[in-house]
Amino acid sequence: MANNEANHNKHIISSDDVVHVAALARLELSEDEVELFTSQLGVVLDYATVISAVDTTDVTPCSHPLPLQNVLRADEPKPGLNRQDVLAQAPLVEDGRFRVPPILGGVP
Amino acid sequence: MGARALAGRIRSGEVSALEVIDNCLAEISKRDSTIHAFVHVAYEKAREEAKEIDAKIAAGEDPGVLAGVPVALKDNLCTKAAPTTCSSKILENWVPPYDATVVTKLKAAGAVIVGKTNMDEFAMGSSTEHSAFGPTLNPRDTSRVPGGSSGGSASAVADGMVTLALGSDTGGSIRQPASFCGVVGIKPTYGSVSRYGLVAFASSLDQIGPLAGNVDDATMLLEVVSGWDPLDSTSLQRPSFILDSVSREGVKGIKVGILNELVDLVDNEVATQVRKAADLLDSEGAAVEDVSMTSIGWGIPAYYLIASAEASSNLSRYDGVRYGLRVEGANATLMNSFTRAKGFGAEVKRRIMLGTYALSAGYYDAYYAKAQKIRTLIIQDFQRVYERFDALLAPTTPSVAFLLGEKLTDPLAMYLSDICTVPSSLAGHPAMNIPFGTASGGLPVGIQIMAPALGEASMLKVAKTLEQASQGGFQ
Repeated sequence: MANNEANHNKHIISSDDVVHVAALARLELSEDEVELFTSQLGVVLDYATVISAVDTTDVTPCSHPLPLQNVLRADEPKPGLNRQDVLAQAPLVEDGRFRVPPILGGVP
Repeated sequence: MGARALAGRIRSGEVSALEVIDNCLAEISKRDSTIHAFVHVAYEKAREEAKEIDAKIAAGEDPGVLAGVPVALKDNLCTKAAPTTCSSKILENWVPPYDATVVTKLKAAGAVIVGKTNMDEFAMGSSTEHSAFGPTLNPRDTSRVPGGSSGGSASAVADGMVTLALGSDTGGSIRQPASFCGVVGIKPTYGSVSRYGLVAFASSLDQIGPLAGNVDDATMLLEVVSGWDPLDSTSLQRPSFILDSVSREGVKGIKVGILNELVDLVDNEVATQVRKAADLLDSEGAAVEDVSMTSIGWGIPAYYLIASAEASSNLSRYDGVRYGLRVEGANATLMNSFTRAKGFGAEVKRRIMLGTYALSAGYYDAYYAKAQKIRTLIIQDFQRVYERFDALLAPTTPSVAFLLGEKLTDPLAMYLSDICTVPSSLAGHPAMNIPFGTASGGLPVGIQIMAPALGEASMLKVAKTLEQASQGGFQ
């Protein structure tokens, strides 16, 4: 039993999971990073089992510490950020717009 | 010299703002090559601002309550005039197109911003070792970390380089470095200080707050930066705090609970100081009693799942398109992935991975949703306790400042150093660190005072009482 548990904890997150999650998070990871994160995230997720045993039946999840409500303001036009100031911080611009590589497919 | 006294001397013309700022900049250039509290020092801009203050005084105009007082800003607070890097390679050369609301308020009060302070990258860390620009050292012992993530702000104040600093606290990032460096640090009630212009880490937790050498200065800075801001839809619709005189009212009749679970898990020399503080408050007329909160131990897993989940969402904006670093790739996805791989450090990647995993299909209920329910239970536990108490006393950290490198390769050990501070963060409650005596090696010990939402007045009464006793030699 103890052996099984240890085994289970060791594989709480697999290297395949890490590769999958890295793709979702748009992070290119090296093989070394995949190995390191698999082991480190496993330790952290194992510690999270402290809360998995707590009975939370009928407990409302809390997404925010304040009672959130719609915040309204008067709809008055006012100047936004200066276009040139904003574009000056972008890595690549063209004709007053942000320039990006192709969104779909490979090399243009 | 305290901020109020210093501003008073400047306002009365006893000393010019420029002299004060020149002295401050000279101290920084002398001391910061060792400590590395700053990632950017605004040598020219600060002198210009000081001259403007002096001109206002000469013209008989009101230069503001913080006239000429040097203030340092954590480098996740946007400044139009200076780079804002979050100590990350991905924002290394970014100059924001606007000032954070706290920066606007500081300027209106006459404060002079002398620089931006080092931090754990994107405020993720408890030692400032996760800065892409190298660690900050603890001025009390340079072989030790200053804590984090506001380690630069805490050490700049502790080393006397600035009078005041602002930090941000998501799970303890003001209180823990304040404790390690022996200064006062306040995480105010969630929503009481505008976060417009604070680079987002975990939005349901992030809060800006003051670090200072004493309670009065921290209180004054909190008063200046607090208050409703229409630019932050989560800011509370209430006026700025007025706390200075109420903080001096003493603790007679105030009900203070000692949080057993936290006192029991920290080092002996830290626990001893908490007990001494409790005895002192008792002798000053507070009603002091032990109290138990069984949910305290759930704080770390709940916090790290929630904060990382929110971070993974917030940090998706660093995509190489609108600002910051870009590494080219054949298509947008590759460009995004290469940019983020090169721009983010190991701890930020770890948190993004943890958060993305906790939110991903198949694991959402077991991790993120579970953590949100645990958060509710912790808040309910606090509600139960605050029916009987005005404030709670606990350690700020499990130990005094640890050695550089000690926890760097063990993420869980680093996370566990936040065990005393995350509960109030999850609840959105105010909490602060007050230095109270030292441990055997002469390193500062910090006491944490917590209070229910908008309970800053009780919290500061307790802090002021402990500070007066400390200064009177009671330790």
